[in-house]
Amino acid sequence: MSSMTKQKLEYETLAEIKVGQRAKVVGLLVEGPTRRRLLDLGLLPGTEVKAVMESPLGTPVAYKIRGSILALRLEDASKIMVNPSR
Amino acid sequence: MEKGHDYLVALAGNPNTGKSTVFNALTGLHQHVGNWPGKTVARAEGSFKYMGKRYKLIDLPGTYSLLATATDEEIARNFVLFAHPEVVVVVVDSTTLERNLNLVLQVLEISNRVVICLNLMDEAARKGLEVDAKQLSRDLGVPVVPTVANVGKGLNDLVKVIAGVASGAIPTSPHRFTLKPEIRKVLDEVTPYVKKVVDDLPNTRWITMRLLEGDARIRKTLENGDLASLATLNQHVSIAESTEAELKELFDRVQIAASSIRESLHDHIVSSIYADAEIIASKAVTKTEAPKIDMDAKLDRILTSRIIGFPIMIALLMGVFWITIEGANIPSQLLAEGLFWLEDQFTLLFRWFGAPEWLEGVLVHGIYRSLAWVVAVMLPPMAIFFPLFTLFENFGYLARVAFNIDRIFKWAGAHGKQAITMCMGFGCNATGVISCRSINSPRERLIAILTNNFVPCNGRWPTLILVTTVFVAPMFPSAVSSIVAAAVMVAITLVGIFATFIISAVLSRTLLKGESSFFTLEMPSYRRPQIFRVLYTSLIDRTIKVLYRAIVWAAPAGAIIWILGNVYVGSETLMTYLAGILSPIGLLIGLDGIILLAYIVALPANEIIIPTIIMGYMGASMMIELESMAGLHALFVAQGFTVVTAICLMLFSVLHYPCATTTHTIWKETGSAKWTFLSNLIPLVVAFLVCFVVAQSAHILGFG
Repeated sequence: MSSMTKQKLEYETLAEIKVGQRAKVVGLLVEGPTRRRLLDLGLLPGTEVKAVMESPLGTPVAYKIRGSILALRLEDASKIMVNPSR
Repeated sequence: MEKGHDYLVALAGNPNTGKSTVFNALTGLHQHVGNWPGKTVARAEGSFKYMGKRYKLIDLPGTYSLLATATDEEIARNFVLFAHPEVVVVVVDSTTLERNLNLVLQVLEISNRVVICLNLMDEAARKGLEVDAKQLSRDLGVPVVPTVANVGKGLNDLVKVIAGVASGAIPTSPHRFTLKPEIRKVLDEVTPYVKKVVDDLPNTRWITMRLLEGDARIRKTLENGDLASLATLNQHVSIAESTEAELKELFDRVQIAASSIRESLHDHIVSSIYADAEIIASKAVTKTEAPKIDMDAKLDRILTSRIIGFPIMIALLMGVFWITIEGANIPSQLLAEGLFWLEDQFTLLFRWFGAPEWLEGVLVHGIYRSLAWVVAVMLPPMAIFFPLFTLFENFGYLARVAFNIDRIFKWAGAHGKQAITMCMGFGCNATGVISCRSINSPRERLIAILTNNFVPCNGRWPTLILVTTVFVAPMFPSAVSSIVAAAVMVAITLVGIFATFIISAVLSRTLLKGESSFFTLEMPSYRRPQIFRVLYTSLIDRTIKVLYRAIVWAAPAGAIIWILGNVYVGSETLMTYLAGILSPIGLLIGLDGIILLAYIVALPANEIIIPTIIMGYMGASMMIELESMAGLHALFVAQGFTVVTAICLMLFSVLHYPCATTTHTIWKETGSAKWTFLSNLIPLVVAFLVCFVVAQSAHILGFG
């Protein structure tokens, strides 16, 4: 694999990831107990996530994270920075 | 010292790993469920015997971690650290090993004698995952026992291994996670000072980490030396007698060290743990051929579908209502006949003894009769509803319900899990209020507690059903009348749900203003529910408890109702007299004096509303039930009861204040007189307002 492949550093938030799409976590824009909880649930930088389904009302969206499925409200998901996989 | 047991075993694990299944399988009926002292977190303990030794098993709250600040995590953490269990069993979901290892590695950090119960092995196989227990055991340094707890597979081995680890026959050398060198260096500098203060703990590195993270409770505990209080156990836990100088030195060191790393310490620790977890999991798990059809995903596509997700939810709700109502019909009748036959025998007995009439009245026709009513009306539907509810819960559907309607709760400033607590409320609001514990944010939990009463519990269904069948259904051809009746039930339920949303929204914009908490909802895999377990939890845990509470409250109400019907003020009974006073208010909101009085005296149990109303209308001296619907219709109409009265009665039934049992539960759960008071005042105001508007509008439009 060529390391010279141009890699665009386009960060998006998890809320922008569409169902079926994958992304890698880059960072969390939350602090305190919430940050701890998300880390404990496995949302660490480098973790791959996949949006798997959407509520009939549009939010929350469920993501596959380390084998388990976790639903987040889009508003909250927008506090998680990701790097979408192409 | 007499402890009553030889070994203390703690059971830890993530939520949804089958931890309680393991607990139940090991302890059978030898268990006791209560609360952790001073906390509204359930605490189950049980015991079992193996090879002549007695084991006491404590079921710790299900948590993802021991690092965070939530109450349940603190309880689990403190118990493992300070209660000195001989063995800690961590129940692990083998389908999501990596995530579960986060907790496992934390437990291994603070406890030496650990056994891993690698559960849900069948589910892993179904998902095409092969988990190598031996490899895992080598990497973790503790025994790993593969199990399928819901069919009892592997549990004998588990007990054997627990016994081996408890007695020391099976040695353990727990894996301690690898910290980055720079963090380790800081920790190594402080740890010796911690050791001076606490020397009998398995791993002082953990205490150091907590101190560096600024855990105020740990710090305070070290200061007053009372580790036992943290473990909430009445057991000796000694720490070395430390001098003030030693403590001061420790805290100074902590402050210096923390200033260099505190900002990122937690991130570092968690990523260190996960880095180890990834490696260990990748060595232990092999992906065999993935199944062609992902059943979970398929089911999710249907149950959370944009088009049919909501219709399915409503259809299932109607279905549960229908099965409960239909199924409870005959048992209720039989119970009523049996219990009232017994009442006749009591009457004979009292007369044979020549007991005074008032004594027979209060005890037999008052207290006993109201108890008989409550049991006959409440027991059958609950014995059907709770198992059905638990089936959906175990299957994993309730999490999907929360997922589907969360957006409305978000709008209301409330928590999505409130949907689950509402479903529980259909069975019993007191149980619903307790289930609000699953909501972590105190603000959102209070909203859920204060509004739970707007979903009609099955103590209120009989009122709704009766009024529907007597007044609404006859207006339609008999072919469709039962469908109409069911539809009216659902409509009135939707009114209650609508009220929940509105009041939640109002609360979160006024009295309970605040930011929505970060919402995370785990969607468990669909699981085939275990019938025995379902029956056990729902019958013993829910039905019997609720029934017991209702009976305790209904007894005094029965006595009061009898007195109202048999004490005379001039020429009329106390009941008629009081109803006369209440009548103007009653009529204002579309009801009448008798109905209002019934709602006041039947506060302890909604089941006895209708018999009390009938008693008032008949001018009878005790609660009765009329045999025929036609007779009931005639009786009600003769009292000026109209369709508007029927509608207002149903609205009042759904919206009014919670029963005494629920109020008592709210008080216990919130520990606050203010919120308990508001939990009654808010529905009362809502019920009055809504009924007033409906009645007056109907009046102006020329109905009723």
